Formats: sequence, C-alpha cells, structure tokens
Amino acid sequence: MRVIAAVLAKRIGMAIVTLFGVAVVVFLLLRVAPGDPVAMMIGAGASAADVAELRARYGLDQPLLVQFGIWLAGVLRGDFGVSISLHRDVLELLSERLPATLELATAACAVAVGLGGAIAIAGTLVRGRKAEAAVDGVNGLMLAVPDFVWALAFVLVLGVLWPVLPLSGRMDPSVGVPFVSHFYLIESLLRGRFAIAGDIVAHMVMPVLALALPLAAVIVRILKEALSEAMMQDYVLVARVKGFSESRLVIGEALRNAVGPTLALTGVQFTFLIGGTVIVERIFAYPGIGAMAIDAVINRDLPLIQGLVLVFGALFILVNLAVDLGAVALNPRLRHGG
Amino acid sequence: MTAPLLSISHLNAVTGRNGETPILRDVSLDIAAGEVHGLVGESGAGKSTIAKAILGILPRGIRIASGSIALEGVDLLTLDASSRRKLLGATVSLIPQDPLTALNPGRRIEAQLTDGLRLWRGLSAADARLRALQLLDEVQMAEPERVMKAFPHELSGGMRQRVLIAAAFALEPKLVIADEPTTALDVTVQKQILRLIRAMQERHGTGVVFVTHDLGVVAQICDRATLLYMGKTMEQGRVKDLLDAPRHPYTRALMDACPRYDQPGRGLAPVPETVFADCRAEIAAFDRERAGHV
Ligand SMILES: Nc1ncnc2c1ncn2[C@@H]1O[C@H](COP(=O)(O)OP(=O)(O)OP(=O)(O)O)[C@@H](O)[C@H]1O
Ligand SMILES: [Mg+2]
Repeated sequence: MRVIAAVLAKRIGMAIVTLFGVAVVVFLLLRVAPGDPVAMMIGAGASAADVAELRARYGLDQPLLVQFGIWLAGVLRGDFGVSISLHRDVLELLSERLPATLELATAACAVAVGLGGAIAIAGTLVRGRKAEAAVDGVNGLMLAVPDFVWALAFVLVLGVLWPVLPLSGRMDPSVGVPFVSHFYLIESLLRGRFAIAGDIVAHMVMPVLALALPLAAVIVRILKEALSEAMMQDYVLVARVKGFSESRLVIGEALRNAVGPTLALTGVQFTFLIGGTVIVERIFAYPGIGAMAIDAVINRDLPLIQGLVLVFGALFILVNLAVDLGAVALNPRLRHGG
Repeated sequence: MTAPLLSISHLNAVTGRNGETPILRDVSLDIAAGEVHGLVGESGAGKSTIAKAILGILPRGIRIASGSIALEGVDLLTLDASSRRKLLGATVSLIPQDPLTALNPGRRIEAQLTDGLRLWRGLSAADARLRALQLLDEVQMAEPERVMKAFPHELSGGMRQRVLIAAAFALEPKLVIADEPTTALDVTVQKQILRLIRAMQERHGTGVVFVTHDLGVVAQICDRATLLYMGKTMEQGRVKDLLDAPRHPYTRALMDACPRYDQPGRGLAPVPETVFADCRAEIAAFDRERAGHV
C-alpha cells in the first residue's frame, strides 16, 4: 500500500506538470499555425468592423500571453470557454462526448486483452508444433494492419456486402433517448433495458473490433514471448514434475509472471488505441470526442481543440498511471517495496 | 523377489539430428524402496539426463534410443503421456538444484506447498494447509505461519530449499529425485540440507536418486552409487565398498579430488589426465564393439 501511495503521489504531481506543458504547447501551436477561426465563421463578404467585433468577443484581439492567462484561469475554474463553431460550452460538449469514447475504448481494450490473451495462451500450448507457426503467421499479418484499414474492411464486408450490422452512429436514432447520463451502454445495462443495450452493442461491434485487433496483435506477440520465456523457468519444471497438465502450467504458473512485462508494453499501445478513436469514430460517425476532434480542427475551433487536447492528455496520463499501478499490484516484489 | 522400486535397464539416450551422439550408454541401475542411490560424475557425465529420463522431462534435443525405466514394475517409457503424468505426479517428486529459481515468484509458499496435495490427494484447502504447516515443521522451518504467507523472494536460499524439500515429500512419494540439491547453497547451509534430506528420507522410507559430483556427499548420504563418465557406468555398488576398495581408476581419482573432512590439511589432487584418457579409451572400445554388433 505504501508503495502504491508513493507511486500515486509522484504521478499526480507529474500529471499536473505534463498537462500544463501540453496546454502551453497546444495554445502556442494553434496561434502560430495558419488559418483564422473568425474567417471560418463569418461569410466572405463580412465587413472589417464585423470581423473586429467577433475577434474581440472571443478575446482573439488580446496579446498571446493575456489570451493564455484568461484561458488558463478559466480552465482552473472549470470554464473551458465556448466552442466557436458549435456555439456551446466546451465543457458541456466534452462531457457529452467523452463517455461515448470511454465506452468504446474500454470495450476495445477488453476485447483486445481477451482475444490477445486467449490467442497467446493457445499459441503457447501448441508451441513447437505446426499450429504455432500458423498462429505466428496470422499474428504477423495482423500486426501490419492498422485500425482504419480494419474499419474500412468491416464497412465493406459487414456494412455493405453482407449488411448485418448498423454502419454508423451510437444507437438507432428512431429510439428516443431515455438516458440521464451519457454512458448509454452502462446505463441501459444497469436499468435492465437490454433491447437498447443490444442495439448499442451492435453499433459498437465494428468500431470496437477495428480498434481492438491491432492492440490484440501486439498483446499476442508480447504475451506469447513472455509466456514461452516463463515456460522455460525452473519453477515450471518443478510444477510439471508435480504432474500438472500443460494448460495448468501455462495458465496457473507461467501466466502470472508473464502479464507484468506484457502490461507495461501494452499500456503504451493502448494510448495508440485512444489516438485511433479519432479516425475510427469518424468512419463510423460514432459521436465521441475523436470524431469531434476532426471537426474542431477543420473549423479551427480553438477553445474546443484546446479542451479536447487536455482531455486526450489526461486520458494518456490516466492510462499510464493505471498501467504502472497494475504492474506494482501484479508483482509481489514491487508490491512489498523490496 | 519383488520388483525393485525403480529399475533402469540398458538405457541408451542420444542426441543430434540422426541420434548419432550417445548421451547415455547402456546405463542400468536398480533402486530398492527406501534406498538412497547416488549418481556421481564429472559435469556432462549424464547424471541430470538420467534424472530427467525418469521424470519424463528430457529436453527436446535428447531422445531415448533403447532400454527401459520401470517404476514398481510399470514401464514408464511405454506408458502414454497422460497416464505417466498422473502416475509420476503422485509418486515421484523432485528437489531441484537452484532453490532461487525453482519456486514460482508470483505465488505464495502456501499455494506452492498445497497444490499437489489438493490435486492428487483431493484435500480441502484447510486440510492441505494443515498438512503444509506440518511439513514446514518437519523441515525445521521457523515461523511456518509467516512462511506460508510469504512470496519466495522474502525467503533466503536455505529457507527456499527447505520449502522445496517439504514440497517434495508432501505427497509421501515413493521416489524423490534430488539433482545437486546443495550445489547452489552456502557451504554452511549445505550440510544442514544434506542431513535434512537424509532425515526426511529415513522417516518416510522414501527411495532417493541423489545426483552429485561430490564423492564426499555420496559418502555422507548414499547407500549405493553409480559412477558415470560420458554417459557410461564406470563403477557401481554399495558406497561402503566403492570407497573402501575402488576398483576403477576413475573412482579412485574422484576420491582424490574430494575434500576430506578427516584430513583438513590435505590439498585436492586434480584428476590426472591419464585417468580420463583411459576412460575415453574404454568408452571408444564400447562404442566400437556395439557398432560391430549392429
Ligand atoms: N538439450 C540438450 N540437447 C542435446 N544435448 C544435451 C542437452 N542437454 C544436455 N546435453 C548433453 O548431454 C550430456 C549430459 O548432460 P547432463 O546435463 O545429463 O550432465 P550432468 O552429468 O548432469 O552434468 P552437470 O554436472 O553439469 O549437471 C552433456 O554432454 C550435454 O552436453
Ligand atoms: Mg546436471
């Protein structure tokens, strides 16, 4: 526990510094990058006075440092400003959209871990045989296919050629939304609305798989490597002499020592998955923060981009923190601070 | 006459793509119930190969070409893998060489002491726990309750070897295979562990295959011994006879190369190269004669 508290304290301090750095960099980059948000908002024939008035309304006429100060002070109060393109409070937009992405990314992560773990274990059980070469070969191919290619392939196969799954959105738009939170899947399950939950899941299948398969392939490679390393250890030999079955050796003896290294490496890959939501949500018109990020950038919606970047930054930090804590929890040597 | 506990006869093991390199050459040995049999020899003599052949855990590179290994009359080599696993799991156990790597770093000692009892004796968690505590007591472990909760890294090498000995005797096996169980330990701990293995073996009436390269250790704990060189038996018999009247120059040389506790001032004599040359000539003659038969 002491170790975990120490890790937490250090990480929270670092997270604040990191997020501040991210905020500064994004703020500056957006201001020096070409493209004028006001020009995007206003028609071509607008008068100079109209433009000036708009600039003043969004504080864009102030010196950079003052703009940053105003924005930062707002963020610290929980005021992320107003979206230029959607004319709505940024925090409100984020809190509507983030739950959708969290459900998607968490589901994708769970599928990746389950699928990757199962394939890695199966591959270890058949090691030294032809089946192992097949597993390695297929996985090598899967490693080379990025998320958006999977997404497009699913659209083609499951959306067009053999249309069994809904192609876009988060749920059937004809169903009125009876939700109080924006965690639709969790809420529908908790309230026992299984028909709606089923519809939401059907909408999630393709984007989840597109995000999960590349991560699953990474997990297979790393975990299988770690498992075969562990299977050569003396303690597995001792357990084998005890007469344990091969699957018990892999799952009961080797697995617990192989997940540690796997977790550390897959944590990094999971942040790629969050990045992947930007394009995958767009392809499936899934209303999360990823799809919103693309529109925000196209519209040069500075307050919204800044808010989104902070949210993505916070997600990366949280995932890494979870991975580090997980590593401590899984390794008795670290857990006891030895 | 009843069948011996373990009977190895004319065991030949080979390696290489076509099995061209012999690893064991016609090894035969019998172990009676409750007897400690030493396997002695230089590094690479094939001691561990015999141990692994009995346990059915030979590495992929080594294959048994001919011969038999029978446990209480049941031929282990013709048994199917699953039956052999079940038979050996409940009746033969291993005390490994390196206690630092032989315990699973991710599992508590309690889990590692009780898993075999639960699987093969069908004990409940509580009963297996009691039995494990009793075993820790038998191997003279201080604070058994604390040790049960510990992870391996919290114990010293000597303590871990005691845990492994307790685990090896947990199921009242008929045969325990100890592959250089003290080599990785501190000299002061070595003697305690040796005495402990002998005490446990006597109390439970267990047969033991004791692998070592140290004739001094053989003198201390073995009843009978087989001296191996390049996978071939050089001399075999009761330890008392071997040490009193060694017939083979290899045995004599190994004795000279051994520290003598009764003569502390005496230096160690390196095994003279001529002895090895003689052994190799003997083995070459054996290989030639066998090639002639084929
Ligand atoms: N996996 C393997 N494949 C092929 N040959 C092997 C393999 N493992 C060991 N050998 C060879 O088998 C022979 C006997 O090895 P073994 O491990 O039985 O010796 P040992 O008497 O136990 O020696 P040590 O005292 O070093 O443990 C050696 O010549 C070794 O090189
Ligand atoms: Mg050996």
